[in-house]
Amino acid sequence: MSTPDPAAARLERELKHARPLIGCRFDPSGRFLFASAEDDTVQRFDLVTGAKTALVGHASWVRGMAFAGAPAVGSGEVEAWERRRASLHAVAGFAGATLAAPKPAPFTLVSADYHGKLIWWQGDADAPKPLRTVEAHKGWARAVAVSPDGKTVASCGNDNAVRLWKADDGSAVRTLEGHAGHVYNLAFHPDGTRLASCDLKGVVKDWDLKTGKADRDLDAKLLWKYDTGFMADIGGARAMAFSADGSRLACAGITNVSNAFAGVGNPAAVVFDWADGKAKVLKPKEAFQGTAWGFAFHPAGFALAAGGGNGGRVWFWKDDVTSMHVLTVPANARDLALSADGGRFAVAGSNGTAYVYTFTSAPPGSPPPAPPKK
Amino acid sequence: MPRCDYACRTADHSVTRRGFLGAAGATAALGPLGFAAPGAGAELAKAQKRVLVLFLSGGVSQLETWDPKPNTDTGGPFKAIPTSVPGTHICELLPHTAKQAHRLAIVRSLNSVSPDHGIGQRIMMTGRPPEAGIEYPELGAVAARLLASGAPGLPGHLQILPKGGSGFGTKADAAFLGPKYASVSLGDGKPPADLLRPKDLSPESDAAREEFRRKLNDRFAKSRKSAATDAYTESFDQAERVVRQGEVFDVEREDPKVADRYGRHDLGRHLLLARRLLEAGVTYVKVSHSNYDTHHENFDFHIEQLGEFDRPFAALLDDLADRGMLDSTLVVVMSEMGRTPKINDRYGRDHWSKAWSVALAGAGIKGGAVVGKTTANGTAVADREVYSGHLFHTYLAAVGLDPTKNFYPNERPVPIADPKAAAIREILA
Repeated sequence: MSTPDPAAARLERELKHARPLIGCRFDPSGRFLFASAEDDTVQRFDLVTGAKTALVGHASWVRGMAFAGAPAVGSGEVEAWERRRASLHAVAGFAGATLAAPKPAPFTLVSADYHGKLIWWQGDADAPKPLRTVEAHKGWARAVAVSPDGKTVASCGNDNAVRLWKADDGSAVRTLEGHAGHVYNLAFHPDGTRLASCDLKGVVKDWDLKTGKADRDLDAKLLWKYDTGFMADIGGARAMAFSADGSRLACAGITNVSNAFAGVGNPAAVVFDWADGKAKVLKPKEAFQGTAWGFAFHPAGFALAAGGGNGGRVWFWKDDVTSMHVLTVPANARDLALSADGGRFAVAGSNGTAYVYTFTSAPPGSPPPAPPKK
Repeated sequence: MPRCDYACRTADHSVTRRGFLGAAGATAALGPLGFAAPGAGAELAKAQKRVLVLFLSGGVSQLETWDPKPNTDTGGPFKAIPTSVPGTHICELLPHTAKQAHRLAIVRSLNSVSPDHGIGQRIMMTGRPPEAGIEYPELGAVAARLLASGAPGLPGHLQILPKGGSGFGTKADAAFLGPKYASVSLGDGKPPADLLRPKDLSPESDAAREEFRRKLNDRFAKSRKSAATDAYTESFDQAERVVRQGEVFDVEREDPKVADRYGRHDLGRHLLLARRLLEAGVTYVKVSHSNYDTHHENFDFHIEQLGEFDRPFAALLDDLADRGMLDSTLVVVMSEMGRTPKINDRYGRDHWSKAWSVALAGAGIKGGAVVGKTTANGTAVADREVYSGHLFHTYLAAVGLDPTKNFYPNERPVPIADPKAAAIREILA
């Protein structure tokens, strides 16, 4: 694939659900998009077949989703199958649509809900059922991540704790204590030895996974405010991500809040140089009111974030702290997912639609994307 | 008609200037001999009754408190938890309150008509929709007027605000009942800054100064007495009485363990102060908790705000019960409105008045009762719709008053509570 150009990103598919979406993630192969919704389900959209499958087992909203047990195999599978199907269409008409979809590679999904539960699923199964449920946190489990070697699951939540679990059996490994408030998000460093977590007040902890100690705190407090008018806190990292080489850590959320209860503030991402802890702040070029709910470092070197307030946006940054490109999303964007190979990204829409974008141009004469099945 | 002693030579006002002007044409020239039917206060001679209102400012969500709808399209992410009353569930954000449910009556079918902060507050506090030409007194003024005071030295109508200044008797919330029954505000639970005599002012000098002020005031009043001068005089009188009992306002005198039970935050301190004031005999205390106007991220903010409310509220009920005061103290948890069942695209809930809840406890209340019902997803009242007028009747009936009687401002009968409503008998003991 050629180096993606943010300005070339185009809407490829709209994956619809009846209820507002909360989170979204691509599986390691990029074949499936998992989107959680306000009906407590996780919806699995198969980008190859168009099938839509509900994962039912949570009794509350899910925002954290991560994958274990399978290496990323690349998302070429989707494109390859579509090319074959298009060829069949050309010679055999739409009878070619009966081309059997390839069998997905096995993988495990771990999802985290606002009742504090983690659920393990066989993500590639025809009809995934809960394999294991772990009572992980008192109050909300806000985020979950899987270590680069796939052996450890980390979760965080409103009990101020970060907890580590064995990915293969869900048993508790260790609790990382030190945050003084709700822990909003976390991310494993790509080298697998450290983990970063961020709480409501923008305190980022750098945990040594061997000792369980936080060696340093990084300051993302500009993502937090105590609103003296309403007498309440707003803040936290709504998204966290390391760059693939581990040199940078991003925490995204809302800053410049003037009215917490109306969401009057601006999206921002604090990007740390992981070595020295120095930060720079990425902001949209446009005047936009809302929150950044998703963030990703693209393998090609640029960064992107999705957010919402009065409508949805996806912003792109290259070398500057001001965004160089923006896409308008038809609804407030509540999360952002980037496929492992960087070929696609998706946002979870507050209107129940997951919008899937691609950096590739549509091949001439290609059939329209398969509509999602209910 | 008794002779007017105001400079304008009209009938006895006993109203605030604003209340007087607001009522002009309808209730001007108010009658002299009290505002309630004869003997109303005497009904309570046997036992002093008190009222405590916890006002969750901005409009608390009924779905995150008293009427959860988990796993519906409006329910949000929280679960409903069992309470000390079998079969009654409330939101998981109130785990300590859930253990007090046997002391609570919950009304789940309130339609308060207006989804506006200011109007909603007036409706909830007066038990009536706004009417042209007359301002009605709020519950605090009515309680202070009609209930026997257990603390003659203290104001009968106190409100503890989350912040802001403190002051005496300048509110219009007493309407035609007059400044004597207007609220005294304690911003952040603090008494007025000049409550205590400055150290460099001797008691003798202070007394002489006050005596001089009183002489000047009396001389002025002989020729220029008015509602405004009465309000001014009453403010000084209230302040003087309060100064003599300044220690009541000092929550630092409480055992630190008690303060811990209430929580070491503003609302914990304010509710502890409320208990001290009630214990000292104050008739009516309103504690406001800010804020619940959660158009954005309703769920996060309700975690934080109800996390503050839950524990001290439960501690307060325990304390009132332990002191033998709960049977004589009506406790009401209310807001100016509820919040929309529909969750907006910013995880918020907006203004809503059509189907929401309040909770009551204490004097005259049947603990464990639940009255009214909303539809499965809470978008409408399904059974036993009530409005604030019904609640107002209920409050008064619960403390032994007859809400069907009248005030007589300007010698004209004005029903104490809206005659179109009646008390909710199902929750009265």
